[in-house]
Amino acid sequence: MAINLDFPTVWARWPSFLDGATLTLELALMATVFGGTLGTLCAVGRRSRNSTIASLSGAYVEAIRNTPFLVQIFLVYFGLASLGLKLSAFTVAAMALTINVGAYTTEIMRAGFDAIPRGQIEAAEGLALSRFQVYWHIVLLPAMEKVYPSLTSQFVLMMLASSVCSQISAEELTAVANFIQSDTYRAFETYITIAVIYVVLSLVLRAGFWGLGLVLFPRLRRLGTPL
Amino acid sequence: MSDPTAIVSLKDVHKSFGPLKVLDGVSFSVARGEVMAIIGRSGSGKSTALRCIDRFERIDSGTIEVCGHRVDDPQVDLKALRQDIGIVFQSYNLFPHLTVEENITLAPCSVKRVAKAEAKSLARQVLAQVGLEDKLNSYPEQLSGGQQQRAAIARSLAMQPKVMLFDEVTSALDPELTGEVLKVIEALAADGMTMVMVTHEMGFAKGIADRIVFMHRGKVHEAGTAGILSAPATPELAQFVGTGF
Ligand SMILES: Nc1ncnc2c1ncn2[C@@H]1O[C@H](COP(=O)(O)OP(=O)(O)O)[C@@H](O)[C@H]1O
Ligand SMILES: [Mg+2]
Repeated sequence: MAINLDFPTVWARWPSFLDGATLTLELALMATVFGGTLGTLCAVGRRSRNSTIASLSGAYVEAIRNTPFLVQIFLVYFGLASLGLKLSAFTVAAMALTINVGAYTTEIMRAGFDAIPRGQIEAAEGLALSRFQVYWHIVLLPAMEKVYPSLTSQFVLMMLASSVCSQISAEELTAVANFIQSDTYRAFETYITIAVIYVVLSLVLRAGFWGLGLVLFPRLRRLGTPL
Repeated sequence: MSDPTAIVSLKDVHKSFGPLKVLDGVSFSVARGEVMAIIGRSGSGKSTALRCIDRFERIDSGTIEVCGHRVDDPQVDLKALRQDIGIVFQSYNLFPHLTVEENITLAPCSVKRVAKAEAKSLARQVLAQVGLEDKLNSYPEQLSGGQQQRAAIARSLAMQPKVMLFDEVTSALDPELTGEVLKVIEALAADGMTMVMVTHEMGFAKGIADRIVFMHRGKVHEAGTAGILSAPATPELAQFVGTGF
């Protein structure tokens, strides 16, 4: 049995692949920034003394963790549409990814917050730092440092899951591939190509997070502890 | 304020954790420049008394006054109160992600809005006071226990508190490292710092404390000058001193 592969036909579309990969990366970066922020705020919320805030954050996490991402995308897409909001597929995809990764970030950051010894916080309070200052200076970065590997893995997973956004025709990498394979009838070659591109994107993201870690956690850099 | 020279004064302070009565009518006061040692068995309420002074715990009844702040008042200005009090714990609690210098400059910069350069020179000054000038750029994990505790004391001193609270600050240290921390506290006492310290170092308490408070079952069971350690008036203190603790 001979496999007849024709990559040149597919690779002739490299500008489309490049556009798709760029959009995927953009989606991933936006969801990392916004989802990371949302998740961190909700992690603070889950530990709040205000039980309404704590249970709202908890409900959000459970709702997201127990439903398929594709369904979440459709809910955002059709939900906003039924409210009369006409947003681009890209915006909807970015929002859905943000909401999704925000829930996982909440759980991860909460574990990080829980790992900060009570004594650290009391020492800071004893120095007259305000509640916000304690969170900002004493809790946030060390908590993030403790869970950084889980956090960055989650963001890489989220980048890969963004492939599902092709379903609402956001022009990311998988949507581009769907189009190219239907145009060239070279499905296998097309998907092998984007599989390799996804691997490269993952490596790029991981390298980026590693570099960011060196900036965020100077102690690890100075003491040579691996991230 | 009833006693104008008192920096810290507790009157009939009661505090329970659930059904457990931990402070049962504690009263004492500390004058400016005075060193008070609180001794007593484990569980007698010593740490709780200190924590109430810094408002880490709220008291059920009684009054606590520190440098003119009514600590028992729910509206007390915590920021102002805690700027007047420095507290050092048994477990150092240096911030692990910050260098020694950053540990020290954090509060002056963010609470008192001291300029960075000024805070840095302040850091050098307090580190000199505890003999750690060369550790400015080290991280806590690079220091020995004794050095970490001295850095923690320096961190408190940088806020220029009016009174220092020490809760068994040498208990987590190997015997050979306790000396270096006690020496720092001695120097502070000689400088006229007002201090309240919970300690198990009887010899040290005897040598440094102007007054000693012996706590037993949530009460001040006996109080007086260091002389009470050699001539206890109550059998409980006699037993406590006799057995070490
Ligand atoms: N936050 C708390 N909740 C419940 N019980 C506590 C708490 N803090 C202290 N206790 C209890 O209060 C008692 C006195 O504790 P503490 O003041 O730490 O004593 P000491 O410092 O003299 O050893 C102990 O029985 C301790 O278990
Ligand atoms: Mg104690």
